[in-house]
Amino acid sequence: MNRIEQLFRDKKSDILNVYFTAGYPKQDDTLAVMKALQAAGTDIIEVGMPFSDPVADGPTIQASNQVALDNGMSISILLKQLVSMRESIDVPVVLMGYLNPIIQYGLERFCRDAQACGVDGLILPDLPMAEYLSEYKSVFEEAGLLNIFLITPQTSEERIRLIDEHSQGFIYMVSSAGITGAKSDISEAQKLYFERVNNMLLSTPKLIGFGISDHQTFSTACNYAEGAIVGSAFINLLRDNPDYIQRITPFVKSLKEA
Amino acid sequence: MKYNVDENGYYGKFGGAFIPEMLYPNVEELRQNYLSIIESPQFQNEFHQLLRDYVGRPTPLYLAQRLSEAYRAKIYLKREDLCHTGAHKVNNTIGQIILAQKLGKKKIIAETGAGQHGVATATVCALMGMPCVVYMGEIDMKRQKPNVERMRILGADVVAATSGSRTLKDATNEAMRAWISDPVGTHYIIGSVVGPHPYPDMVARFQSVISEEIKEQLSEVEGRTSPNYVMACVGGGSNAAGAFYHFLDDQDTQLVAVEAAGKGVTSGESAATTALGKDGILHGSRTLLMQTKDGQVVEPYSISAGLDYPGIGPLHAHLFDSGRGTFFSVTDEEAMMAGIELSRQEGIIPAIETAHAFAALKQMSLKPADIVVINLSGRGDKDLDTYIKWGNY
Repeated sequence: MNRIEQLFRDKKSDILNVYFTAGYPKQDDTLAVMKALQAAGTDIIEVGMPFSDPVADGPTIQASNQVALDNGMSISILLKQLVSMRESIDVPVVLMGYLNPIIQYGLERFCRDAQACGVDGLILPDLPMAEYLSEYKSVFEEAGLLNIFLITPQTSEERIRLIDEHSQGFIYMVSSAGITGAKSDISEAQKLYFERVNNMLLSTPKLIGFGISDHQTFSTACNYAEGAIVGSAFINLLRDNPDYIQRITPFVKSLKEA
Repeated sequence: MKYNVDENGYYGKFGGAFIPEMLYPNVEELRQNYLSIIESPQFQNEFHQLLRDYVGRPTPLYLAQRLSEAYRAKIYLKREDLCHTGAHKVNNTIGQIILAQKLGKKKIIAETGAGQHGVATATVCALMGMPCVVYMGEIDMKRQKPNVERMRILGADVVAATSGSRTLKDATNEAMRAWISDPVGTHYIIGSVVGPHPYPDMVARFQSVISEEIKEQLSEVEGRTSPNYVMACVGGGSNAAGAFYHFLDDQDTQLVAVEAAGKGVTSGESAATTALGKDGILHGSRTLLMQTKDGQVVEPYSISAGLDYPGIGPLHAHLFDSGRGTFFSVTDEEAMMAGIELSRQEGIIPAIETAHAFAALKQMSLKPADIVVINLSGRGDKDLDTYIKWGNY
C-alpha cells in the first residue's frame, strides 16, 4: 500500500505535513532537512521543486524558489539526491511543483525516477482536472504516484465532489482565498468554510494548508480536518537561522504542542 | 486544418487553461459566459459605439505611396496608431471592461510591461468609473516612468512587481496572485492573446475589428478582400491576432509575424520566441516558451518593451507550428532603422514594437502586383527617449 494511504489508515488526526523547497537554503542539504523533519515527528514531507514563476505561492516561498534556482537546483539534481532516501526516510514523501519543469524533464521519465526514489505522491497546482484525467492519470498510476488536488473557499460543492472522487491520498484544502504565506490566526469565516466542507462527508481525508504557522493555527485546523500543512513558516525558520537543522525539532514540537 | 480555437480552448496542441484551483471559479465563470455576452446585440452595440465615438474607429487603411515605391509593391498601412491612447491595445480593454460590467465586477486589475496596456486599462477604468490596479515590474516602472505617471493621472494604482526578474512576466504573476487573493468582484484584464482559455480567444475577438475593417476597406479601394500579405509584430501577439483573425482560413493571404531578435537571435539577448522557444506552460497556457533545459522561464530582451515576453499567444504558436504563419525576426538595429525610414518616407513615427514589422519588408520577396497590409499597431510618441538614446538619425 502507498505510504500516504497507510498513514491515513493508521492515523486519523493531527497529521502534520511540512513543506520546504528543495535546494533551499543550500543545494545539497535536501536529505538532511528531510531526516531532521522525520526525526522531529513530521508525518508527511512535502518537497517543493523550484520554479521561476510559482504563481500560487506567496513572497516567502517565491523567494525560496529563486534562491534554490540560483543554487543550481533542478529536478534532475533533486531526483539524484533522493535516490537512496528510503534507506533513512520512512514517512510519506510528496513532491510539489509546477508543470513546466516536469514536462521538460519528461513526464514518463519523471514518474519513473520519482517512483525509483520512493516518492509517494504529487501536488501540481497548475495541472487541470481534464488534462489529468486524459493524459496524466495513467502515467502517475503506473508509477504508483498519488495525485493530490486542491480545493479553496470558492470551489463549488459540485466541483468538491468531483475532486473528492479523483484526489488520491488526501485533499489539499486551501484555507482562504489567497496565495501561500504564514498567518497568525484563522477567522470565523474560514471556520464556516471548514464546517461546510466537513458537512459534505467526503470520502478522501483533508489537510488544511495556507496560513498555518504555529500551534494555535495548527490545532485549530486539526479540529476541522485530519491534519494541516505548514510551509512558509518553516521556510522562514530555514531562512533566519544558520543552525536550522538543529532548530527543526523544537520547531516541529512547537507546532504540535502548546 | 483548423486555425482558430476549438471548443476545449486549444489551438492545435497549444492553449488550454493550466491554472491553479484558486483561479478555477473566475476563469470558469468567464469561459461559460464570454461568448453569450460578446455575441449579444446589446454588447455589440455598446462596444462598437465606444470604438467609434471614443477610440476613433474605423482607423484608416492608408496607401503608403513612397514606401510602396521603395519596396516595389502596394503597401497599405492599417492605422491603429491613430486609436485613442496611441495603439491597438484599447480595442481589447474597451471590450473587456464592458464584459466585466456585464459580469457584475466592481474592480479591475491588469498587468503591463511597457505601460501601454496599463494606460489603455486605466483609460477605460476612468471612462467607466471603476477602480483600477495595474501591476508593473519594478524595473519597467523605472524604464517607463512617463507611462507610470499617465496611469496615475488617469486614477489607477500602479503596484510594483518586485519578484523574479521584475518585468512583464512577473507583473503577470503578481496580477494572477492578486486575482487569487481577491477573486470575488474582480476582473483581470489581460493585455495580450496569452493566459488561460478563454483569454486568448476573447482578446483575439476584441482585436479582430482590425482585420474586419481591413477587409471592408480593401474591398472598397481594390475590389478584393484578400491582400497577398498581412504583416504584424508579435510579442504576446494581440495586434497580430487582430490583423490575422479574419484571414486565418483565407489561404490567399499569407500571414507574416515579426518577432524581436533583440541583439541577434543567438546573442543571448533576444525575444524571438518561435526561434528560441520550446513547447512549455506559462501563465495558464501551453505554448512556445523561452526556457532553460530545466524548464525555468528565461527573461527575454528587446529594445522594445512591448515585445519582450518569453512566450507567445497559443494561436501564434499554432500558426508557426502548422506553417500557416511565416515568422521573421529582426534585430533592435534593424527595427530602429525601419522606424526612421517610415518617419522619413511617410511622416509617421511608429512605436518601436511596430517598427519591427516594417523592418521585415527587407526580408520579403515582393512582386509589384502584391498587396501588402502592415498593421501600424502604435505610434512612437512613447518611444522618443529610446529613439533619442539610440541617436542614429
